[in-house]
Amino acid sequence: MASKKDFVKFDKVDKSYDGKVLVVKDLQLDIAEGEFITMLGPSGSGKTTCLMMLAGFETPTNGEIYLDGKAISSIPPHKRGIGMVFQNYALFPHMTVYENLAFPLRVRKIPKDEADKKIDKALSMVSLQGFAARMPGQLSGGQQQRVAVARSLVFDPQLVLMDEPLGALDKNLRESMQYEIKHIHESIGVTVVYVTHDQSEALTMSNRIAVFNDGKVQQLSSPDELYEKPVNSFVAEFIGENNTFGGEVSDISGGKCKVKLANAEILANPISVKGKGERTTVSLRPERALINPSTKMDNLHKGKIEEVIYHGDHTRVRINLLGNPEFILKVPNSSSNLDIKLGNEINIGWNSDDARALDPK
Amino acid sequence: MSSETKQILTTDGIPLEVSLKKAERKNKIKAFLLVAPLLFFLIITYVFPIGDMLFRSVDDKMVTQMLPKTFKAMENWDGQELPEEEVFAAFHEDFIKLVEDKREGKLSTQLNYTKNGFKSIIKKLRRASKKFEEGNYKEQIMSVHKRWADVEYWRAIQRRAPEFTGQKYLKGMDMYVNEEGKIVSVEEDRRIHRVLWLRTLEIAFFVTVFCFLMAYPIAHLLATLPMKYSNLLMICVLLPFWTSLLVRTASWMILLQQQGIVNDFFVGIGLVADDNRPEMMYNKTGSYVAMTQILLPFMVLPLYSVMKTISPSLMRAGKSLGGTPFVAFWKVYFPLTIPGIGAGCLLVFILAIGYYITPALVGGASGTLISNQIAFHMKSTLDWSFASAMGLMLLSGVLVIYWLYNKIVGIDNIKLG
Repeated sequence: MASKKDFVKFDKVDKSYDGKVLVVKDLQLDIAEGEFITMLGPSGSGKTTCLMMLAGFETPTNGEIYLDGKAISSIPPHKRGIGMVFQNYALFPHMTVYENLAFPLRVRKIPKDEADKKIDKALSMVSLQGFAARMPGQLSGGQQQRVAVARSLVFDPQLVLMDEPLGALDKNLRESMQYEIKHIHESIGVTVVYVTHDQSEALTMSNRIAVFNDGKVQQLSSPDELYEKPVNSFVAEFIGENNTFGGEVSDISGGKCKVKLANAEILANPISVKGKGERTTVSLRPERALINPSTKMDNLHKGKIEEVIYHGDHTRVRINLLGNPEFILKVPNSSSNLDIKLGNEINIGWNSDDARALDPK
Repeated sequence: MSSETKQILTTDGIPLEVSLKKAERKNKIKAFLLVAPLLFFLIITYVFPIGDMLFRSVDDKMVTQMLPKTFKAMENWDGQELPEEEVFAAFHEDFIKLVEDKREGKLSTQLNYTKNGFKSIIKKLRRASKKFEEGNYKEQIMSVHKRWADVEYWRAIQRRAPEFTGQKYLKGMDMYVNEEGKIVSVEEDRRIHRVLWLRTLEIAFFVTVFCFLMAYPIAHLLATLPMKYSNLLMICVLLPFWTSLLVRTASWMILLQQQGIVNDFFVGIGLVADDNRPEMMYNKTGSYVAMTQILLPFMVLPLYSVMKTISPSLMRAGKSLGGTPFVAFWKVYFPLTIPGIGAGCLLVFILAIGYYITPALVGGASGTLISNQIAFHMKSTLDWSFASAMGLMLLSGVLVIYWLYNKIVGIDNIKLG
């Protein structure tokens, strides 16, 4: 089966609740068939609104959403055939697990023996065989979540929406559920649109991530690209840890640029700066900067250690570097850790390729 | 393993249970002292009056004590023919004593409950008894009025002999014990209570249904509207609560009377002719309208409190899984509101079944309830034992409904908030 590149298509979608503020602005988004795409963003960024428009609980103020080539704005939610997992599970508390799963099949008038097979399959997919007769109230949070996932998949929808489904679970359970959902996605090949504000969840599970802010998609790319190559300072800040320097471009040539800070100058990789004199924020991942680098690096500066925090497998070191007192370094814990002591002056080096000169904050 | 459980001791060697009891005793006493005023209050205002009512409804000592010698003499009477002289003599003796104490009026009232016609003949007997000569009281008493020579009246007196009686309950159901000692219904045209019981049930039932039909959408709106609108709506629902019941009922009288606002409006829009204004008050319609409005909040509030807890995502889930809005409502939302429906219906029904002021004011003759009859006997006929009996019948009716509800829906399934 050739998968379609634009199985779900948001075409110039705007959404406003009060006629004054646009919650979603000119959204243009294609989702391929079988893809696991995550909408990631802080609360109020419009990601849940997009999901609700796709599910049919909100209508776009402008623009159109296409599902498998058909415009769906005028189709009511119950005719869209989209599975959905809600934030608080939304299991029907007065029905058993079996009845919860049977609900979408009954309304589709699927014969009982066929429905039973589907329910068995769905329950075994989330490893909950033998729980069919339980009431949702008798299940733990994780089990309820699995039932919700099973219910959203039991009627074989082509598209499943998940609205922060793991938000209410504790950390360990959340991590194991992340893998479980990922495996389910891989084994049945359903298209999943997943909404979360938890970046590690997004990075673990997704094929592609759409980072939302202020009603707009800031960047849509694979998890590694998002982390390694953020295209603007919001994404760089939002995903992972980030060290920044604010300055002005003093020279730009040969794929490199010089950025003048308050009292120093660094080399950086020009991403969104075009010419001299532009303001910029240079973003550098903590693990890309090294203490006393053995190889030659084109940035090498001295900084003073302000704080050392022990984290088990690594140590976080906060350094006052080039006028930025919040510069963070992650040092792997090994015996060769020399003079990481409070107040010491050390040399920090990094490659200009890893220091991305982005838009100013 | 041995079935005997080993006694667990505390570190000081005291059995754990003893130690626990000792530790808890102080708390238990404190807790009891805290509820003691309420308990005392309940006993005074609830348990005692109901007990007294129960006693009063079956208590028939009054006549027994007024005519002790008569009833003693009547023990050997078979009730077929007129009693012997000794009964008449005993009755005369009791009666003279009553007249001396000026209590013969009470006797006449009491006997009149049992059989109509005692009032006048007792009055006559009192006057005549002053001139009675000693001996042959049978002849003398029978000559006062022909009813004194009627065996029916003597049987009526004999029926008042027991100290306790269930006849008030029978009377409440339009039944009585006839001369042969069988329980029979009174004549068709004198059956007033059965009609009232049925009407009470009917009005309470339909008021509950109307309240439910109106309250459900209101409660749903209240639970789903944004805060600023729902607060306003809540005030509208509660506003009647802050107004006196009498004022509300009186305003319904202004609205519903024949020259009232509602009728004026109907005439104004040409729905009815001016000379043919419908009567909406002093009949069942009045009771229905006013009681539904007054009891509406009692349905809205339990429904609201239950609906408030139903997450809107459940309805969404129902729809996203393919249920039409109606299916999602009927299969998901409605079953979850049943605890509220149960609480609201039970509350409204029980309140309606004992409603008094509103039907008394707007119900007229065809819209009054059993409670009005109870009040009538409390205030006008002063037959308190009959009023008590009907009150208890009403109470047991409510308990039966409560029991039925528990059987069908389950009382744990009730939610008042």
